[in-house]
Amino acid sequence: MSTAAAHAEHDHAHGHAHHDEGFIKKYLWSTDHKIIAMQYLFTGIFMAFIGGFTVYAFRMQLAFPGMSVPGYGRVTATDYNALVTTHGSVMIFWVAMPVLIAALGNYLIPLMIGCDDMVFPRLNRLSYQLFLLSSIVLIASFYVPGGAFGGAWTSYPPLSAKAEYSLTGLGSSMWLFAVALEFAAFLLGGINFITTVMNSRAPGMKMFDVPIVVWMIIIASILFMASVGPLIAGAVMLLFDQQLGTGFFDPAKGGDPVLWQHLFWFFGHPEVYVVLLPAMGIVAEIITVFSRKKLFAYKTVLYTAIGTGVLSFFVWAHHQFIAGIDPRMANVFSVTTLLISIPVAEMVFVYIGTLYGGSIRLTTPMLWALAFIAEFLLGGVTGIFLGASGADIYFHDTYFVIAHFHYTFFPIAFIGSFAAITYWFPKMFGKMMNETWGKVHFWGTIIPFNAIFIPLFLLGARGDHRRIYDYRHFPDLMKAGMQDLRVFATLALLVLLAFQVVFLVNLFYSIFRGEKASANPWNANTLEWQAPSPPPHGNFPQGLPNVYRGPYEYSHPDRQDDYWPQTEPDAAKS
Amino acid sequence: MATTASAVMSQVMSPRPLPEANRPVVPSAVLGTLIFVVAEVMFFVGMISAFTISRAGAPAGTWPVPGQPTLPAEATALNTVALVLSGLLLLVGQVLFAKKQAAAKWLVLAAWGLGVAFVGLQGREWSQLLSAGLTMTSSRLGAFFYLIVGMHGLHAIGALVALGLAALQLLRDRLEGGLFFGAQVFWYFVVLMWPIIYARVYF
Repeated sequence: MSTAAAHAEHDHAHGHAHHDEGFIKKYLWSTDHKIIAMQYLFTGIFMAFIGGFTVYAFRMQLAFPGMSVPGYGRVTATDYNALVTTHGSVMIFWVAMPVLIAALGNYLIPLMIGCDDMVFPRLNRLSYQLFLLSSIVLIASFYVPGGAFGGAWTSYPPLSAKAEYSLTGLGSSMWLFAVALEFAAFLLGGINFITTVMNSRAPGMKMFDVPIVVWMIIIASILFMASVGPLIAGAVMLLFDQQLGTGFFDPAKGGDPVLWQHLFWFFGHPEVYVVLLPAMGIVAEIITVFSRKKLFAYKTVLYTAIGTGVLSFFVWAHHQFIAGIDPRMANVFSVTTLLISIPVAEMVFVYIGTLYGGSIRLTTPMLWALAFIAEFLLGGVTGIFLGASGADIYFHDTYFVIAHFHYTFFPIAFIGSFAAITYWFPKMFGKMMNETWGKVHFWGTIIPFNAIFIPLFLLGARGDHRRIYDYRHFPDLMKAGMQDLRVFATLALLVLLAFQVVFLVNLFYSIFRGEKASANPWNANTLEWQAPSPPPHGNFPQGLPNVYRGPYEYSHPDRQDDYWPQTEPDAAKS
Repeated sequence: MATTASAVMSQVMSPRPLPEANRPVVPSAVLGTLIFVVAEVMFFVGMISAFTISRAGAPAGTWPVPGQPTLPAEATALNTVALVLSGLLLLVGQVLFAKKQAAAKWLVLAAWGLGVAFVGLQGREWSQLLSAGLTMTSSRLGAFFYLIVGMHGLHAIGALVALGLAALQLLRDRLEGGLFFGAQVFWYFVVLMWPIIYARVYF
């Protein structure tokens, strides 16, 4: 409703007026897309601590049942449920989404398309404020009577619908409320992203001159917009079930619990692609720059991403093969699920095609980008087993599923984010990150990551059920070596968490003490590297850039430089 | 962006001219509202399909629960006419707005008034149904009815506030296009969503 006012403010921002603002005004009320992006980024990093701490506590319980976990204490069964739920929700909704979409979208879109800010800067600020509020509501729910919600991040009724079942009456409602607020925040963000890219591109920038990462964030935003509605509808219905005693999902009142699963997964599956596509885009930017080669098949990547997006709306019921859906319907969803691996595999092949024959530089961001391709591939391939409804009946709710989606989500949320942070760090903070420590962190993350999840694949194949608090009560799941694999995975997790300290030290040390970065330290083409590092308010102090060519003109045979910035006019021919 | 042969020639001879600015195809306020409307449409699609599935799966004789009131489909036809008429008036107002703003004023106000009448009529219907014993917890039909129609009503009220602000600006001849066009798009969404709800839920 404040669109007109936001417009006026946008016009005002065109003046490039630089104001010295107080701390509160700058960080609480700023409408600058870069500051909002940093707020999203650091809130996301903070929430990742919560996600990391919860997984530490419940993995210790699984490996050493009944022990008093250092820093947490004894994990009770109720705690265990709450920890697992919090880990899942936080990592997906409060880490992957804010960092990959909100932080990078906000930071990169105006800089990469060459404008001074978002189209609706005040909506953008509101978006972050809502997101912050949602984080606070979620954290507050840990401290209410009954504790945090413990019905898993998918929140299936009837468990989630009644306090008598979940034992966390207030916690369940606060969880739902936090998720709803968070979606409202990303709705506002997504509207901004799409409108900005449509209407604020620099002069000369045509649709096919837009960098792939921007396209990917836009497609992801469209997917989000189109899929979130049914989940919000379901969330309102679930909230009514919890608080007003309606019977939408409660079988005792004639309701249908599978209905929630449909509404949830209609959003939940496109959501995977909402976070995957931006990560794919980040990887595309990095591998072109560090193989000094044009992106192989720009339009193919774009159309493939659109195809993936469309297909992702027709796969959701593959999460429900054992929920009692009609087997004929399960067949249809098996086919669509297997189909969607084709476009994603195509993108991976295109990236490998880009690497082929390039002069590859193994910098830290490039290592992350290559690791993304390799690790995500494993996640995608194991998804084929789960997409086939026959195999899924065996694998459902085992650690095979856990390992599969961590092989997709860890590369997306963490490998993708680390790639993006190490690559755009010079632009964000005007400093270089330490390469040596960056590589130590890289290997210290990648090796333990595989050491955690390969054992979980093996456990899952042996039928290890995922929703068990203490395996000592299940002799079938304590057979030769199974507990050893759990202990091994947990120890690997401890190593992985320990190596994140290296990243944090490197991040904060480099922000304050790092070597000063030039405007374009990687010799990249895209527009953000034409702005100073870090870009001032208004982004381009010499005036908004003009665009003459696509973003990936590396190693052009007619040129001495192996890169060709989008802003550089063709040489005059006399 | 067609270039003639001479333009191509001059491009070869001299430094390339500055590229042309991209002109927005759809104004930002309208585009932003349209994208929001897409999410909103999906929100209603979610609720209406949940309603359809639940009704289809209900055991015979439980939908509606015997002894509870059925939805007054005939009486609501009046509400529907009021809302659709309001949308049509606003559409005419939009066309006139481009030509002469003075004539558009009264059309926009009339559209707004009909919208308010719609919300009032809905409120009357709710109080009648509530007193007849149909509540959110009395049956799933009641729960769905109040959920879907209530959500539509909330959207109508929100859109009426925005449209009212735009009408006020229009009366004072201080209208900024963004608010007016954004509010219009949202009102059309509210108007067009209603016949679908009416057809799916009331019958």
